[in-house]
Amino acid sequence: MNPINDLIKQLTEQHGRKRESLLPILQGVIEQEKYLSEYAMIEIARAMDLPTAEVYGTATFYSFMEHRKAGTYIIRVCKTITCSMKGKNQILQTIEDMLKISLGETTPDGRFSLLQTNCLGWCHKAPAMLINDEVFTDLTPEKVREILKTFLQTTQN
Amino acid sequence: MAFDTYLLKRADFIFKDEEDWKNILTRTLKLPPNAIINELMSSELKGRGGAGFPTGLKWKLTAEAPGNEKYIICNADEGEPGTFKDREILTLVPHKVLTAMAVCAHVIGAQQGYIYLRGEYKYLVEQLNQAIDEFHTICQSLGCQFTIRIFLGSGAYICGEETALFESMEGKRGEPRNKPPYPTQVGYKNCPTVINNVETLAHAFTIFKYGAKKFYDLGVQYSRGSKLFSVSGDTPKPGIYELELGMSLEDFVNEFGDGDTKAVQVGGASGFLVPRKKFKATAIGYKGKLSGISLPTGGSMMLFNSSRSMYNVLDNYLEFFREESCGQCTPCRVGCQQLYQGIKAVKRGEKPAGYLDKLLKLTETMKLTAKCGLGQSVANSFSSIVENFREEMIY
Repeated sequence: MNPINDLIKQLTEQHGRKRESLLPILQGVIEQEKYLSEYAMIEIARAMDLPTAEVYGTATFYSFMEHRKAGTYIIRVCKTITCSMKGKNQILQTIEDMLKISLGETTPDGRFSLLQTNCLGWCHKAPAMLINDEVFTDLTPEKVREILKTFLQTTQN
Repeated sequence: MAFDTYLLKRADFIFKDEEDWKNILTRTLKLPPNAIINELMSSELKGRGGAGFPTGLKWKLTAEAPGNEKYIICNADEGEPGTFKDREILTLVPHKVLTAMAVCAHVIGAQQGYIYLRGEYKYLVEQLNQAIDEFHTICQSLGCQFTIRIFLGSGAYICGEETALFESMEGKRGEPRNKPPYPTQVGYKNCPTVINNVETLAHAFTIFKYGAKKFYDLGVQYSRGSKLFSVSGDTPKPGIYELELGMSLEDFVNEFGDGDTKAVQVGGASGFLVPRKKFKATAIGYKGKLSGISLPTGGSMMLFNSSRSMYNVLDNYLEFFREESCGQCTPCRVGCQQLYQGIKAVKRGEKPAGYLDKLLKLTETMKLTAKCGLGQSVANSFSSIVENFREEMIY
């Protein structure tokens, strides 16, 4: 059996099968899998006795619920006004050069995805980005290189 | 003069370390609900998320609404561009927010409270849960069965709209509901619900501790109390500042500007852009009885100096709105796209400059017909930028 089924079973037991539990369950799958596959959404719908379209419709509403395969580390660079004014493009360029991917892509080894996102709430320390749930602020190209280096090293080991 | 005072005055309540918060909780929970409501009403505290609904009245209406099951929800879906104060409150003084939630539960008769935390702030969950656990222990020792849980969002600006937030908590797409009925009657799970911004609850704590008068004495008529301002953009001192309401924008710019401030965006992307020539005539607060421009705000203050292109600023906002529109109602879904494409077409010379007037008319239509605050407020930044910096939109 697909390991996702075990995860869904565990999550539905933890949160319950009511509709209010849908978001925590979707979030739980994303925490493990980084994205929601079609298979996962169908299985969640089955487990919660909901139409699959309801699950898909809900999941695709939220920008942090990826439904395309994503890397182990999802990098989200803030693109809203202050970050944009304070050098967001140089930050993106630095990451693209270092990981050799373009915005919206995932590295071939499946370790990093590079995305943009709307305001992260760190305008006073712009530019800012999230790597999974961790926030990095006051970014400069040098600082970004240092941060990515540590991530590259940890994933290699 | 729109207000009785124009001075910029700092205040220090929100982040003040109040070690006696347990005593404040104990003391306030012993008061009858009516006394608490009266205290809040006489303080004239208004919702600090931006809309400015009187907090005491909100609690009163929910307390009076029929129903056995009621909820108190703390709105921590701080998504407005340029706002970051709620994160700081939840990081530094979470117990103030939790205390005010418990008091609210006591007033309205709720057993369960929630903090709707935006997904972007997921890193706060662990320490916030610690604060909640500690708080539960205190509550139980006081014989209060009230519990608080965190509900995590997943990256949707619109979920900061109160009814969209309920939909999201109910496991659905975050699409706003029709109003009325208002949350005080029909809220989360169709039960009467108080939904307050993080900062509003923190101010409520200040009122419980120091009394309504202390709060009321801050600010000016119709705009009482202090407010947190999230200052960012072209400023030598970006950060979070607690200031009394009613200051003039000119004083604000003198304090926070870099000497070359061209315009200030008050209230984030859904707020207004004020050009330099209007700094003097603009006050930060709720509508007063006298003439003059008064701008309420959720606290986002973004400064732009003369090196910034206002076209780029507007383009950035419209990209934001076009992505964050929930897509439910046509005026907002189509309107945001048309505005975004429209200013690009004018800039490229594909449309004549007069097309901007058509777009301005479109924002008027959106203001009248969009279902919720998102679609209605796109007109604010659009018209204030296009009308004041028209030449920058064209050339």
